[in-house]
Amino acid sequence: MTSVLNIVKVGIADLNIVKAPDLIRTTGLGSCVGVVIYDKARRIAGMAHVMLPDSALGKQGLMNKAKYGDTAVKELTEILVANGARLAALQAKLAGGAQMFQFSGSSDVLRIGPRNVESVLLALKKLNIPVTGQDVGGNNGRTIEFSPETCILSIRTINKGNSEL
Amino acid sequence: MLSINEISDLKLDILKEIGNIGAGHAATSLSALLNRKIDMRVPGARIVSFEEMMNLAGGAETVVASIFLRIEGDAPGSMFFILSIAQAERFVQQLLGDKSFTLAEPPYDELGVSAFKELGNILSGSYLTALSEFTKLSLYPSVPGVGIDMAGAIISYGLLEISQTSDFAIVIDTILKEEDTENNPAGDVKGHFFLLPDPESFEIIFQSLGVTSND
Repeated sequence: MTSVLNIVKVGIADLNIVKAPDLIRTTGLGSCVGVVIYDKARRIAGMAHVMLPDSALGKQGLMNKAKYGDTAVKELTEILVANGARLAALQAKLAGGAQMFQFSGSSDVLRIGPRNVESVLLALKKLNIPVTGQDVGGNNGRTIEFSPETCILSIRTINKGNSEL
Repeated sequence: MLSINEISDLKLDILKEIGNIGAGHAATSLSALLNRKIDMRVPGARIVSFEEMMNLAGGAETVVASIFLRIEGDAPGSMFFILSIAQAERFVQQLLGDKSFTLAEPPYDELGVSAFKELGNILSGSYLTALSEFTKLSLYPSVPGVGIDMAGAIISYGLLEISQTSDFAIVIDTILKEEDTENNPAGDVKGHFFLLPDPESFEIIFQSLGVTSND
């Protein structure tokens, strides 16, 4: 019997979870950060595509938790735990947070990439989730894919080749 | 502040007209610059999710050549001029009269990239000048940034302002087409102008044109 590998797609300002052998993927990360949280032994992982660092930036009533670094990490962790992952066993990998355009004298919003990374790292730290790999910063876009089976995060770029974490 | 969900068809039509005027001027500039005919497809003003916004440019992972600039002044916003890699190469080759220019892999030829940036500068400048005259608002472009990368990585930059208030953007999209030629038999596009006003700019634009918030 051949099994078909499904790839769960995560959109921008979106999050989802996956169980082995399926894969989870998000495309075109620029200043956004893709964060993967996983329980290796339980073979379950979740991914969020974070756009903005802090939910305090949000000016809307009904909030999309996946959009902000602080709320996305928390929400993803809760969903993972509700689906059988163990909080104490969780680990994380992240990629993205690039600075796609260089402007001089620019507003704070243009430094959003590094701020997204900081917020995700802080949120992970608050939950005591160790970071086992990261590929952040630079000025190139990234597409990432994670396998809860191997716990490898594959990173594809246009100009800087491909790598694995 | 205007809520995106409450925007009327009349207002979308006004935004569409803005795209028409702006991109019309830009297309004329491009025509003059390249000495060939450039067609413009009737523009659209649409309310799109962020994901749909990426799809307008061919999908988040599609590689594009882009110029990004911030609009400063009375009605701030973001503007993109987005081309397929092949189209950007063709424009630069025509501008420089050098068929060897390629964007296949970095490092890119500095002169070519600078020509591309200048192209974006001229086009966005004429877009904004037209818009500024039409609305009597003072609008001026920041120094443009060039990005050759995945569309998702590039366009998400222009969504940062609006993403703080909404999960949807209002985009004024105009498609540029080069006329059919030997090298370009299908008359393929493609250039996109995306104008993404910041959330607080919509009311300012509408007011400048005498449209009240009840229309």
